[in-house]
Amino acid sequence: MVVRVKWSAFKQGRWYEYVLRVVLGGLATSLAGGVANVFGPEAGGLFLAFPAIFCASATLIEKHERERKQELGLSGYRRGTDAAALDAAGAGLGSIGLAAFGLGVWLLAPTLAFGSLALGAAGWLLASVLLWRLRREARIVK
Amino acid sequence: MEYLIRFLAGGIVVSAFAMLGDALRPKSFAGLFGAAPSVALATLSLALWKEGADYVSIEGRSMILGALALAGYSLLVCQLLMRARWSALAATTTAILPWLAIALGSKQLFLG
Repeated sequence: MVVRVKWSAFKQGRWYEYVLRVVLGGLATSLAGGVANVFGPEAGGLFLAFPAIFCASATLIEKHERERKQELGLSGYRRGTDAAALDAAGAGLGSIGLAAFGLGVWLLAPTLAFGSLALGAAGWLLASVLLWRLRREARIVK
Repeated sequence: MEYLIRFLAGGIVVSAFAMLGDALRPKSFAGLFGAAPSVALATLSLALWKEGADYVSIEGRSMILGALALAGYSLLVCQLLMRARWSALAATTTAILPWLAIALGSKQLFLG
């Protein structure tokens, strides 16, 4: 299956869902900064991978899938949780990529400064996509 | 003022990654964006500007442990949804406690 963009997904979102994400994203970033200010950068760094946003994303995915099925007269509960579980499985692979981002920043920040963030982000994308691809291949072979 | 800038930068970057994740298919691929370095990019950019590169490097090192805890968190959420059939809200909020335990425990173990 090829990765594609589904533009109609934007129509499913409601304005307050976008506001919720901005607020949660802002709060998570403030939390990470606040922890670093109070307890130091070692503790603050942990909270750069705090799953606050994931709670909102998974809940919205579940809700959208359930609503789609309910429009067809079905309960949609199972479909909703399945969709959220798939998202969680993807996030698990993305987390390994996130560790690659942290590794890049740790090793490169003293010499490259802002360049380490760009290279770290590229490392996140590369590691995540590679792991996702490997998992797919392994499932097909199985 | 610092926290307002932090809040706005974080909100915008996180929303951009989340919207990208919304639009991508298949869903397992879109899920990768649930663990995008969105909070990290906003926070570390501000920290580089304000605190310097060595401070950011220390945060990056701890972030590796936070990210591994996030992998455990995602696995747990997946199991709670698929096997126990919990709702997404219940699964994702309950699993925050194990995330905290793994993240803080591994920091204590490896970094002191």
